[in-house]
Amino acid sequence: MASTNTGSDFDAIVIGAGSVGVPLTYFLAKEGMKVLCIDGNSSSGQGENKAAIGGVRATHSDPAKILICQESLKIFSAWKENTGTGIGWKMGGYCFPVYREQEEKTLQSILPIQKKFSLDIDWLDEKGIARVVNGINKKGLRGGTFSPKDGQISPLLAAESFTNEAKKLGAVFRFREHVESMMFDEGGQRSVVGVRTKTGEFKAGVVVNAAGAKATEICKMAGVNIPVVPDSHEAGITAPVKQFLGPLVVDIRPGPEGKTANFYFGQVESGQVIFCYTPLKPFYGEARACTSEFMPIIARRMVDLIPKLKGLTVRRLWRGLYPMTPDGVAVVGKAPGVEGFYVAIGMCGQGFMMGPGVGANLAALITKGKPIIDQEVFKLLSPARDFGGKKEKLA
Amino acid sequence: MADQRIRSHPILDASQRATVQFTFNGKQILAGEGEVISSALFANGIVVFNRHHRDMAPQGIFCANGQCAQCLVLADGRPVKACITLVRKGMDVRSLEGLPELPGDNNEVKPNKIKEYDIDVLIIGGGPAGLSAALELAGAGVEILIVDDKQALGGKLGLQTHNFFGSMNDCHAGMRGMDIGELLGSEIKELKNVKLWLDSPAVGAFLDGKIGILKQGVYTLVRPKNVLVTTGAREKPLAFPGCDLPGVYGAGAFQTLVNRDLVKASSKLFIVGGGNVGLIAAYHALQAGIEVRGIVEALPQCGGYKVHLDKVKRLGIPVWTSHTVLRAEGNGKLDKVTIAQLDKSFSPIQGTERTFEADTLLIAVGLSPVNEILSKAREFGFKVYAAGDADVIAEASAAMFSGKIIGRKMLQDMDFEVDIPKEWFETLEMLRAKPGLTHELSTGAQDALEIYPMVRCTQEIPCNPCTAVCPRHSIETSESKMTSLPWFKNECIGCTRCVTICPGLAITLVDRSYDLEEKLALVTLPWEMPDGTVWPGRIVKAVGFEGGSLGQAKVIALKASGWQNKRKLLLLEIACELADKVAGIQMYEAQEPESGKSLAEGEDDNTIVCRCERVTKGEIVSYIKETGVTDFNALKAALRVGMGPCGGKTCTDLVMRIFRQVLGREANVEQHVERPFTQEVPLSAFVKGEGK
Repeated sequence: MASTNTGSDFDAIVIGAGSVGVPLTYFLAKEGMKVLCIDGNSSSGQGENKAAIGGVRATHSDPAKILICQESLKIFSAWKENTGTGIGWKMGGYCFPVYREQEEKTLQSILPIQKKFSLDIDWLDEKGIARVVNGINKKGLRGGTFSPKDGQISPLLAAESFTNEAKKLGAVFRFREHVESMMFDEGGQRSVVGVRTKTGEFKAGVVVNAAGAKATEICKMAGVNIPVVPDSHEAGITAPVKQFLGPLVVDIRPGPEGKTANFYFGQVESGQVIFCYTPLKPFYGEARACTSEFMPIIARRMVDLIPKLKGLTVRRLWRGLYPMTPDGVAVVGKAPGVEGFYVAIGMCGQGFMMGPGVGANLAALITKGKPIIDQEVFKLLSPARDFGGKKEKLA
Repeated sequence: MADQRIRSHPILDASQRATVQFTFNGKQILAGEGEVISSALFANGIVVFNRHHRDMAPQGIFCANGQCAQCLVLADGRPVKACITLVRKGMDVRSLEGLPELPGDNNEVKPNKIKEYDIDVLIIGGGPAGLSAALELAGAGVEILIVDDKQALGGKLGLQTHNFFGSMNDCHAGMRGMDIGELLGSEIKELKNVKLWLDSPAVGAFLDGKIGILKQGVYTLVRPKNVLVTTGAREKPLAFPGCDLPGVYGAGAFQTLVNRDLVKASSKLFIVGGGNVGLIAAYHALQAGIEVRGIVEALPQCGGYKVHLDKVKRLGIPVWTSHTVLRAEGNGKLDKVTIAQLDKSFSPIQGTERTFEADTLLIAVGLSPVNEILSKAREFGFKVYAAGDADVIAEASAAMFSGKIIGRKMLQDMDFEVDIPKEWFETLEMLRAKPGLTHELSTGAQDALEIYPMVRCTQEIPCNPCTAVCPRHSIETSESKMTSLPWFKNECIGCTRCVTICPGLAITLVDRSYDLEEKLALVTLPWEMPDGTVWPGRIVKAVGFEGGSLGQAKVIALKASGWQNKRKLLLLEIACELADKVAGIQMYEAQEPESGKSLAEGEDDNTIVCRCERVTKGEIVSYIKETGVTDFNALKAALRVGMGPCGGKTCTDLVMRIFRQVLGREANVEQHVERPFTQEVPLSAFVKGEGK
């Protein structure tokens, strides 16, 4: 439903200039909409985008995520060619090495789904994995999956470049704008017709909540209740070295220290190794400062998996928030019960890789009435769904 | 290769040290035992250490303080900072060309537990402030841990070969900084309740109340009840075309090379900045036998103490006020420096450009606090204190005194019954004060005397050791205030103690009874220049206090002061009418510079602003203009400014200045976000651990 409300300042307002909001703004503007993107920070990507690792894979087990990320990969990988601006795309693949039977079973069990969606992913034996992951610890290595078409992107470069391209298409970005309330048209059906911020009122027929970790707050302003809870994860980056590691490596074993669920790392196009782990117990809240616990734990896991990583030098640490939903699946679509209000939230830590796919699909839904991907699959992300459902096997 | 070691020095012990052999790019060369790689390379005439991966530009030393990574080399295959890595016998050092390979083997590492320490007081930085605080704290029996990133205690005191200002009671005035450092260090080492970790930088403060320390290469965590941050200062940056050339670096790096490691780092030196740091660096250079081609200062007057300025002027060093550096040039390393006069709005005036040959350009345009850990510790609610330059930039004498006060303050907060005398705060304020008014010279009461001191101290600075050393108590300051000017009252026995101790070299001793017949006087001057520059019988060019030419004088003797420090006394025979005026002898003849070229259109666009990632001013300006960003962090994202090893320590001020230039002074620009670590840490350090 394209908004053609006369008297509106904009056709659409996107709340949040992050991993999801910026590509969405870009795609809405590309569809000819007059878009305003607002954010409380001072520039794009200053929320969770810059905390993202930048891994992009289509090889999930959830069909919606598979299709959305396939879209993202298409957009990301062609970005330089289409815009002239490099965003650090490196098609090094994803590798999940396996050392124990239980992880082998988990990964093998989702291969059929992945194959069904024609994903380029295969089970490699020990030698195959050792060929793909330079220097991997072979002791007990059973094999693993490798998906060569996945890769990595710089979230920082992407946020800046998508912003700049959206601006070229006429989109307007307003930073340091804090949304205080929604404006409603109460006549007939209850509709959102704009937002109020500290600096003024902005009107539009469509308002999209892409506020990441702050999504629940924004939903409440529209009278919508979707539980998104931020879960805090730490990450770090090393000094750059010459390319030695192709794929982004994910080890889904729980850590021997009893504190980590899985951990992952990859060497980005510019040579740094970026790394992160998933805490065994979620750390709910908005803490963004680093703890002393992270580095000793992840360093051990990294050098245990690839001893050669001991030669790296750690440069910087940070922490970002995973906006989690009860069922571990993102929430994208038209919000129930309110006209003109859409959400693209609860990306559960995968907002960066899903961002362009979500943006392109939601822009299509808003402007053309239906998403790019299969509508039935897209509905799996629906805000109107029952959030009591089960978690995806492999997040 | 050229031997660039200092073999004789008027103050420092330049006797030959044991050497070790190592190789650089396959060639056998010698290092001093226990010397860092950077100094060993400089001593062998090697100033280019690596080529940057972005554009293969040559790089050399910059901070010499472990803070940046301009000096990366490959040592036995590993990329290391040359300025903090000790040479080992047989080490294979290579210049790093672009990005390094991931070093090391595939062997597994056996992890050890990261040890955690609990301590009453953690002091970060064993320099003047930290050590002074520790001495106060230790007296009360508190358990203290001092961590310092260097191999020796004393911080920058160890680089200060000159006599300190202040008062003898409060901060050891009249002693050389390096001797004060030794003294404080030896007092600290006596104390049983003080633990010392050298070569152990604090690299991050964390949300959970712990501080990460890279303890001699092994990561450890400290849980302090109290933290005192005395991390000192770093040099402010200055960006101009060519500022990234090897040979352009900080005055602190220079003092490290010359005064700590006795490397003759330069043969033709130029200095930008007429504050105390720049002026003292010039003096230190002359002591090391390094020719100083000139000093530029952007303001109409040098900001440093007048006595420092005058002593370099007397030796013949040209000081160009209202001038700035326009560009540095050279083929792979610095060859030439071009300066220009500035108008009232600090813009270069066309036609005033002058070009000097120089192999080294020192940046000495002020200091800013090293306070990254401090600000994080405050943010996370540590019980944290700061003293010295980490708190307020001032002289080291003020740093010592502020440490003393903070030590007592911490004890009070820990419920110890200690007093902080009210006068201490006044003393601290005086020690921190910028130089005050300069007055007309008042010659005191010497008229009727044959022998008397000429006290030429005319600027209000916090200094009074002359009043303390006179055995006749003949020198006084009004109201006994440290910043008041001293004057000579009545009686002089010619003991030369005042001449010997005056940190500003502002006192001479006149003896008019020397040769009444020929009307010649004997004047005793303080002398700290290298041996062999003057000798008895030599006819020299006598100069006045501010360097003005007076005519000839004859050197009668050069002798040890016989009292206290290593300063020598130079006895000059000079006409009686010049005796009160003479204050020095000119050592150098200023060379007339060539006229230089003004900046070409767009030349400044190529100025490197972020040295770590080699981002130019032009790139930053265009990005701000094209996108309208008002967030430093957006520049980080788009251009990688501030994303390199130093983490924005060097370029932050420069980038904020560019923002203001492009967007106007009032623009609301979001600041750069700082994160751990304050310096890069080997991944292996987190695996090793001290525990089992």
